[in-house]
Amino acid sequence: MIVQGLAFYMFAAILVASAVMVISARNPVHSVLFLILSFFNAAGLFILIGAEFVAMILVIVYVGAVAVLFLFVVMMLDIDFRALRSGLLRYLPIGGTVGLILLVELAVVLGAWAVAPEATTGVAAPLPPPEITNTRAIGQLIYTQYVYLFQASGLILFIAMIGAIVLTLREREGVRRQNITRQVSRRREEVVAVRKVPTRGGV
Amino acid sequence: MTNLLVVEYLPILIFLAISVAISAIMVGASFLVAKQNPDPEKVSAFECGFEAFDDARRKFDVRFYLVSILFIIFDLEVAFLFPWAVSLGDIGMFGFWSMVVFLGILTVGFIYEWKKGALEWE
Repeated sequence: MIVQGLAFYMFAAILVASAVMVISARNPVHSVLFLILSFFNAAGLFILIGAEFVAMILVIVYVGAVAVLFLFVVMMLDIDFRALRSGLLRYLPIGGTVGLILLVELAVVLGAWAVAPEATTGVAAPLPPPEITNTRAIGQLIYTQYVYLFQASGLILFIAMIGAIVLTLREREGVRRQNITRQVSRRREEVVAVRKVPTRGGV
Repeated sequence: MTNLLVVEYLPILIFLAISVAISAIMVGASFLVAKQNPDPEKVSAFECGFEAFDDARRKFDVRFYLVSILFIIFDLEVAFLFPWAVSLGDIGMFGFWSMVVFLGILTVGFIYEWKKGALEWE
């Protein structure tokens, strides 16, 4: 139990610290790297509460793919971040007030929050017994009971693939591509010609 | 459940602690032991004999972005495969074929991008 507590405080402290660094780092690339660090720590916290699947997805999808996409965006947009940041002190009172209001609202909502007694009885599937890992519990549901939603997610991924290709792929003219089929199927007779050249005659 | 989880993940935690300690020792020792004598020429960016032209951040081709989006899509597909593989014994033939249909849809997309030339580099 004490190991768990120590691990929780370590992950939580690093998570908060790196989240602060995400918004305060001077270099946007460093911000993205701190974001990756905070993703890792959030995955650690998820493991501590027993949600292994969410932790795994966080590492695979967010760290592996989304963070790379963020890095690309940061690299691709040629923004002078120092110029963007220059108005920080001027806008700090307004921004701070908005943030404070949001914080108070969150506190009010969470303070009055309670689990409804009928929530546990109205769930679509019974809660899995504790010896089944939650990856397995998810797998038992989404491929059979929620098959339509699962196929719909497949279609969404398909549309995303086509959309990305349609939006960003452009054909370029005058580019020489290697065409292996044409290379291999060339015959000697088509490309090599033997000519008799008379002396001092030229071709 | 959580106790079991701690037992299962304890080796990873120990690995994490060891790697943090070793990297801290390496960086800290080189910071403490090495002679620190910086001057502007030493700490400036070195670019093979000439002055650095400009910032390292520059616009690059949008096709890198296309490759990474396609990577994310297949990454999500693989994320769906994990719980399927774990629970394949429980969900029977119907679960198996539902995943096959899912993979079939994405294979159509893969054939589309292959034929479209999105994976080619010119």
